This record gives sequence, structure tokens and C-alpha cells, in this order.
Amino acid sequence: MKDLGVMQPLLRVEGLSRSYGSRIGCADVSFDLWPGEVMGIVGESGSGKTTLLNCLAGQLEPDGGAVLFDQGGVLVDTVTMPEPQRRRLGRTDWAFVHQHAHQGLRMNVSAGGNVGERLMAVGARHYGDIRDQALDWLGRVEIAGDRIDDRPSAFSGGMRQRLQIARNLVTGPRLVFMDEPTGGLDVSVQARLLDLLRGLVREMGLSAVIVTHDLAVVRLLADRLMVMKDGHVVETGLTDQVLDDPQHGYTQLLVSSVLQV
Amino acid sequence: MSEYNFAYLDEQTKRMIRRAILKGLAIPGYQVPFASREMPMPYGWGTGGVQVSAATLTPDDTFKVIDQGADDTTNAVSIRKFFEKTGGVAVTERTAEATVIQTRHRIPEEPLKEGQVLVYQVPIPEPLRFLEPSEVETRKMHALEEYGLMHVKLYEDISRHGHISTAYAYPVKVEGRYVMDPSPIPKFDNPKMEMAAIQLFGAGREQRIYALPPHTQVVSLDFEDHPFDPSKAAHPCDMCGAGDSYLDEVIVDDRGGRMFVCSDTDYCRARREAGHRGRLAAEEMA
Repeated sequence: MKDLGVMQPLLRVEGLSRSYGSRIGCADVSFDLWPGEVMGIVGESGSGKTTLLNCLAGQLEPDGGAVLFDQGGVLVDTVTMPEPQRRRLGRTDWAFVHQHAHQGLRMNVSAGGNVGERLMAVGARHYGDIRDQALDWLGRVEIAGDRIDDRPSAFSGGMRQRLQIARNLVTGPRLVFMDEPTGGLDVSVQARLLDLLRGLVREMGLSAVIVTHDLAVVRLLADRLMVMKDGHVVETGLTDQVLDDPQHGYTQLLVSSVLQV
Repeated sequence: MSEYNFAYLDEQTKRMIRRAILKGLAIPGYQVPFASREMPMPYGWGTGGVQVSAATLTPDDTFKVIDQGADDTTNAVSIRKFFEKTGGVAVTERTAEATVIQTRHRIPEEPLKEGQVLVYQVPIPEPLRFLEPSEVETRKMHALEEYGLMHVKLYEDISRHGHISTAYAYPVKVEGRYVMDPSPIPKFDNPKMEMAAIQLFGAGREQRIYALPPHTQVVSLDFEDHPFDPSKAAHPCDMCGAGDSYLDEVIVDDRGGRMFVCSDTDYCRARREAGHRGRLAAEEMA
């Protein structure tokens, strides 16, 4: 923030498209994500949110467009980058939080091993240090230290999701992709998880792209919002602006569909 | 003897296996796929090792087979007889006299020399298998040298047992490149793998061959604060008195009596012939 003149986005997406045969997954998506910013992507099931997220995170190959990521002040296209480099990004600067924790965790490896895996993947070879860091991170996501040698299969859904977050953030990534991070959790657990995520995002200055259909999640976490329908972005803007004064018909429908208890 | 082609396999198959062996030697530690044949023995009894031996043996070779270090167990005897019958090769129990040694679970105690070939029987060639079930993914991990996962296994060992409890099939890194499963040899044998002989690994069911050329660097994986320890039972051999060999523990009665003997029967015999005696050797001789 010292020199606003040369500040550039962390992630720049240009004309990203992906189709499944003749069906559109997502089409012509462009946006910039700035350092420290949280972008929410909302829309109904089948609107292309997850396709878009997977393309951004390099888990799915887009048909066209570019995903430029800041590396040492230079924006590098991660779509055309060699696979080893992209996979290295995936375990250093990027993190991916899955909707179902079992997709993002090794269920037959202890909690400590799960958190330590990324450290070992980038070359940590000191058991004591790895364990200390794992303990530190379990504490940060409110998992008791004496559960460090338990397997995730012995954890509740909310704990698994928190463990997944710890496992992803332990290497200090700059960009986190989240796919429905609160999906399938009951509301009180959701609230705690959201609190935790909000704290971590602010504390670590993380940038994040969050895909969800839950407007409460984006209201709490996201700075900016992108509304998708049928693979296209129909509305973007500041979160409060989009939610309080929706312009597009579909966004209006979405906002008015939320039950008021 | 005349009913069989030399060493059972047909010449085309042997050529195919030799190509895989040569490729394996050119890329130490890399698992080369090969078209494994059905052999007249069940999977798990050394079908991979037998095929590699068949492709390696010549009529002038002297063949030795050990199973857990012993020359006289069922598996070792039947494979030795197999090649006596189908290849008419000379066989021996003496490590120094053999040119091709097929082994299951051990490396002979006597250092191997140039000109010798050690053939391992391998059940599961992929060291990452139990952590990563996808073959596509493990191949990619080998290709990109992503071996963090191997340390996750060692981490789990320490967190559960306080030390690296993997005692056999202890993963190694070959020439600073490929992580390799040394087959289920005890970790005591891992340091011996930097040897003058050629080492070939055959996995019949999994259809993989890999190899180590002579004097290849083989490093056992570990943590800085939990270094690799090639442990053995803290006893000398009760038969020959050797303090440097890998020992089997044998229960000798139902009152807690036990003895420790060299698992390498040829090594133990040679030492006893040279006059060495262990704690229980006297009554054995009487």
C-alpha cells in the first residue's frame, strides 16, 4: 500500500470460458482480485460457480481465457504455465478448501499429519518443528491440542472443516479458493466457522474467492460479489450494494428468496 | 529338460524383460512397466523375481535362492529346483560362488562383488501406494518429484510410536531422484544397498521392474531430529556368535526360552565352519 501507483491485482481473470460439449460451464468471465480482498461468487446450482472456481485453481482446464497470478510483481498466466509450476503454486501460494472435508483431507492420516503434509511437501524435514506448527494451527482453528494424533474420521463435520482450513493455511498462502466452505454444517457450527474464517482472513491479509449459494456467508466474508446465472456473470459490485440494491432480475429473485426468520 | 525352453520363458518374453531391465538400470529407481507373464506358481511366491531371473540367467551361471535369508525354506527350494529343471543351471548355497541370487526379504550378509546380480521379489513396488491409492497420481508425483507424502508416513510413525516404526520396506531415495520401495527387506539391510553388484527388482502381479546399477547412491529417508537407524536385535548369534548379522528370534520351548540365530543361513554355516561358536552352539554340536 506504500506506492499506490504500481499496485496491481493479485489475480486477474480475462475472458475465462469452459464448456462441457455444447453445454456452457462458464463463459467469458473477467475480474480482478486485489491483495487482501475477498470475492464472493453466488448463484443457483448449475450456474457455473464451481466450474469457474476449478478453472481458477488449475483443477480444470479452461477452454479459453487467462488466469494471471502475481508472482514477484509480474502477472503470470497459470493456464499456460508448466504443470510442475502450477502444482507448486497449489501447495505454496494457493489453498483450496473443499465443500466436503474428506475431499481435502487424508482421512487415514492423523490431524497433525494432515496439517504437516504441506510443510513436508515444501521441504520441512524436522519432526519437532512440523509438530509445533501443527499444534499452533490446530489451536488457531479451535481444535484441542490433544486431538493432534486422532484421525479426521474421529472428528465431527465442523472439526473436519476447521482441520481442512488449518491444513491449507499452514504454509501461509496468499490466495484461498473456497467451495461452499459451510455447506452441510448446522447453523451454529456455520456461525463459528464463519467467525473463524473472517478472523483468519483479516489477520493474515488473505485474498479469497468464495463460491457459495448462501448469501449470509458472502454478507459476512466478501468485500465484493459476483452473481452468476447460466454460466454468465450477471451482476458485480460491492457486497452490500448488490445485496441491498440488486439491479439484475435474477439477483433480485435471489435476494428475495432468502427466508426471514 | 528338453521339454522347456532354457529357463522356462520363451526368447521373445525374455527379450521384452531384458529391455525393461536395461531401461530400469538406465533410470535407477524408476518403475518400468512390463508385460508380466503367468508363471507356474501363485502371485506372491516370487513371480516377478522368477521372470527377472529367467531373463538374466545364462547356462554358465550359478544360481542361489534365499527366502528370509535361508536357502532351505519351501519357497527357496522350489524356485531353485524350478531353474535346475528348466534351465539346467548350476545351483549353490554359497553366496560367494553364486552369480545370480534371487532373494525374498533379505540381502546376504557377505558383501556382494562385481559380476554378481541380486534379484529381489517385490510384492508392491509403489512406495506411495498406501497413502495415495491413485496410480495416475503416484506416477505424476514421481515424475514431478513430489515426495512430501512419503514423509507424512514417517511422521505418522513417530506421532504414534515415538520413533520411526517402519522396520521393513523402508523407503529410500535413489541418486537424489526417485523414491523407491526396497521390497520388504529389513531396514537393517538398507545401508547394504550401495553395493558392487547389480540389483534388479521384479514385481509380477504389479507388472513393474526397477533396478539399481552398481555403486548407486541409496539414502534412507528420515527426519533431522529422528535420523535413520538400521536397528537389529541386541544379541550375538547363538549359533555362530556373529554380532554384526541380522537375527531371527526362535522360540525354543513353552517356558519363555528363546534363541537368536543369523537369518542368513549360509553366513552362519560359513562362520561355524571357520570355528566360531555362539552361546548355544556347544549343545547343538553334541
